[in-house]
Amino acid sequence: MSDQRIRFYQTGTFTVGNRLLDPSDRAVQASTARANALTSGHRACQGCGEALGARYVLDAAMRATGNQLIAVNATGCLEVFTTPSPETAWQLPWLHSLFGNAAAVATGVAAAMRVKGKPVRVIAQGGDGGTTDIGFGCLSGMFERNDDVLYVCYDNEGYMNTGVQRSSATPPTARTATTPAMGPERGNVFGTGKSLPLLAMAHNLPYVATATVADLHDLEAKVTCAMGIHGARYLHVLVPCPLGWGHPTDETIRMARLAAECGLFPVFEAVDGEVVSSTPIRRRVPVEAYLRGQKRFAHLFDGPTPDPRIARLQALADQNIRRFRLQPEVTP
Amino acid sequence: MKLPFAITLDPGSSRHNHTGAWRTQRPVYVDRLPPCNATCPAGENIQHWLFLAESGDYRAAWEAILADNPLPAVMGRACYHTCETACNRAKVDEAVGIHAIERFLGDLAIEHKWPAPPCAPATGKKVLVIGAGPSGLAAAYHLARLGHAVTIRDAMPRAGGMMRYGIPRYRLPREIVDAEIQRIVDLGVTLELGVRVDDLPGAIAAGGFDACFAAVGAHLAKRIDLPAPDATRILDAIGLLREIEQGGVAPLLGRRVVVYGGGNTALDVARTARRMGAADAVIVYRRTQAEMPAHEDELREALEEGVQVRWLSTVASLGDGDITIEKMRMTLAGPVPTGEFETIAGDTLVLALGQAVDLAPLRAVPGVAFTRDGSVEVDGALMTGHPGLFCGGDMVPAERTITVAVGHGKKAARHIDAYLRGTTYAPAPKHAPATLERLNPWYYSDAERTVQPQLEMARRQGTFEEVHGGLDTSTALFEARRCLSCGNCFECDNCFGVCPDNAVIKLGPGLGFRIDLDFCKGCGLCAKECPCGAIDMIAEQT
Ligand SMILES: Cc1ncc(C[n+]2csc(CCOP(=O)(O)OP(=O)(O)O)c2C)c(N)n1
Ligand code: SF4
Ligand SMILES: [Mg+2]
Repeated sequence: MSDQRIRFYQTGTFTVGNRLLDPSDRAVQASTARANALTSGHRACQGCGEALGARYVLDAAMRATGNQLIAVNATGCLEVFTTPSPETAWQLPWLHSLFGNAAAVATGVAAAMRVKGKPVRVIAQGGDGGTTDIGFGCLSGMFERNDDVLYVCYDNEGYMNTGVQRSSATPPTARTATTPAMGPERGNVFGTGKSLPLLAMAHNLPYVATATVADLHDLEAKVTCAMGIHGARYLHVLVPCPLGWGHPTDETIRMARLAAECGLFPVFEAVDGEVVSSTPIRRRVPVEAYLRGQKRFAHLFDGPTPDPRIARLQALADQNIRRFRLQPEVTP
Repeated sequence: MKLPFAITLDPGSSRHNHTGAWRTQRPVYVDRLPPCNATCPAGENIQHWLFLAESGDYRAAWEAILADNPLPAVMGRACYHTCETACNRAKVDEAVGIHAIERFLGDLAIEHKWPAPPCAPATGKKVLVIGAGPSGLAAAYHLARLGHAVTIRDAMPRAGGMMRYGIPRYRLPREIVDAEIQRIVDLGVTLELGVRVDDLPGAIAAGGFDACFAAVGAHLAKRIDLPAPDATRILDAIGLLREIEQGGVAPLLGRRVVVYGGGNTALDVARTARRMGAADAVIVYRRTQAEMPAHEDELREALEEGVQVRWLSTVASLGDGDITIEKMRMTLAGPVPTGEFETIAGDTLVLALGQAVDLAPLRAVPGVAFTRDGSVEVDGALMTGHPGLFCGGDMVPAERTITVAVGHGKKAARHIDAYLRGTTYAPAPKHAPATLERLNPWYYSDAERTVQPQLEMARRQGTFEEVHGGLDTSTALFEARRCLSCGNCFECDNCFGVCPDNAVIKLGPGLGFRIDLDFCKGCGLCAKECPCGAIDMIAEQT
């Protein structure tokens, strides 16, 4: 199900393209014919992971559907920075209604296309707040009815558009505007939050996958796979946010890579409620390597001794590695 | 119908909004100097010819080598490849097998009889080259390509210098040397063999030459006096190798050969002795392995072939069928004698203590000066104090390897060319180094180095067949593609892919990329995710 890795080119496996590879083996993003579904001039911050992730996903979906695609967007950065009316950065039919109803609107669009007999496919997309919190009721309904929509969540682990508030996707210990680095337990607390991919699996969806902006080939393969399936599908993409996470603008991809390589963000695919494959960690790093680069975790490192909660985060990462078999060579 | 104002407007494109105005720094595509190129004594543009080889364009790759070095098949075998020691990939997994690919390209050219690229129109200038070794041949090649008429004179009956009379055949087969020399001769170079030039100014004047490049090498063996009942049992290494090559009477080596010295020549003699039937070949070296000047691969191969080494030892005297050595002790000031002696079996002693330059033909040339250690003094252009007389290779102060010699040949040719045209030659300024820190090694797949096949041991001890085999088309391609392309764009499309603002414009194969400054916000992702470090971020002027 995952993409076939091309071996033994100097970089053919991991780079966007490579002059030595057959064009069909290069990423969609390597092609000058890519749709650029999200074009220049948008107002996202420098180094925005969400802008990158959305273009990656939609360009791959455009190719997979022969450009027969409509996108429905929840409120959030992705909507605000692309479409300050009357200007838009979208180069595909695109619809925005409310913060919490993107899944329901997408269901309606898919129904309309079916009624009109048009072979047009539908993607609904939103941030983690719009997906895991306010939009979850509509989304669960869309899942449960198995409506023919691919829902994509761009997870930047907080309500970034309104000034970095905590969402149910914010990791423990992270500092946000609503979980300040103050008091007895600084930052977000342990024991809260939820995993939307696992919840999606609990709906027995035909396809659930996670991905990051650091592994383009993997991401594009998952979008292509999802667009080859009908029914409700869910894709959860980790998109670092330089502003909200407090890392340099050129480290967006590196942060996504470290999140996956330390095990805190497991990259996997599930079919009919069961995990069928996971992207193995290539060069495992301790969670500290990931946390240290971000100001939202700075309070873990400001004391004379390491904060014991780093070890708890490491335990979460280790659990993911066991649970999703992220290191096949290491027997759990 | 009265519509709300907002929906009366046509949707406009965000591309009206030039977000490039937010930028405080901008990406700039750069070329950096890869460590392989930086260390190559012949000045080869290794990363560039590997780039050509990676796409299977072997002919273009070979011609790119030729631009700096006319002897790729020789160099791919006999060079000690400092490039591989410096290779950035050595710190990622293992160095790129540059020498093996160079050899593959050189052999392919010989197999297909590819000629050198054509020469420039004749300039009417004549240059005399003295010495048909690697330096002289390289100079002749480059001078001929530049349109000058070149005559090479050499005292030996055949051309090649140390490539023929110094490096044993099992390292460098003679048909390879012959083929690469022939390609140079085919450019119209005149080769006069068996001619020793003693009166240099006379030879220049008599031949009507406009300039001269002398590279006669260093082949006077350094000797020491040792008490010995029979002086004929002491041979010198370079003379011995020369004699074997000339195939006259096989020198009487005996069954037990002791070689004194720690350089590559000592190993060459010991390995040769094994091939000529010596039961024992023992190297006596006064320091430890760490100080040994010989190349470590050569030592390993010699040991594999049964050569023994007595570290921290000097030869004290020769007896009748035995040799007495004295143990040394290492101190900060170097090895010192211990007074402890040992007698080992030995029929012959071969001295491999280094070579000196035969300065006789140059002594009387006006203006030529010499260094205290017996080399010829040259300026930055390799010219001696005698206008129009240039020197290179082992004759001038430098490391004595054939790669350095080939590099001197090229350098001298460029300066001689400028001298003949009445100008000066200034090499292009070097790019800043492409250090490993600038690379993003994440993007390179794991790929182990390709191992060259080796001759089976029995034939390495009894014959002069070549020890190392070559790569084939597929292994050479694989190995070339292990190159990281340090500091030079290889069109992986990463910058084009990772820009969140679509501000990288892809110009097409071979043309690279351009930044669309209307939209580049200066986030730096392209530079950070460039695998080979070919993008710099520079501050905008405010
Ligand atoms: C019903 C409603 N409540 C609150 C808001 C204000 N609001 C707009 S965007 C946003 C945060 C969006 O967060 P998320 O969905 O994670 O997307 P991000 O901006 O992080 O990409 C909020 C709270 C709103 N537009 N509608
Ligand atoms: S990886 Fe290639 S360019 Fe870099 S040092 Fe090695 S051979 Fe040279
Ligand atoms: Mg968010």
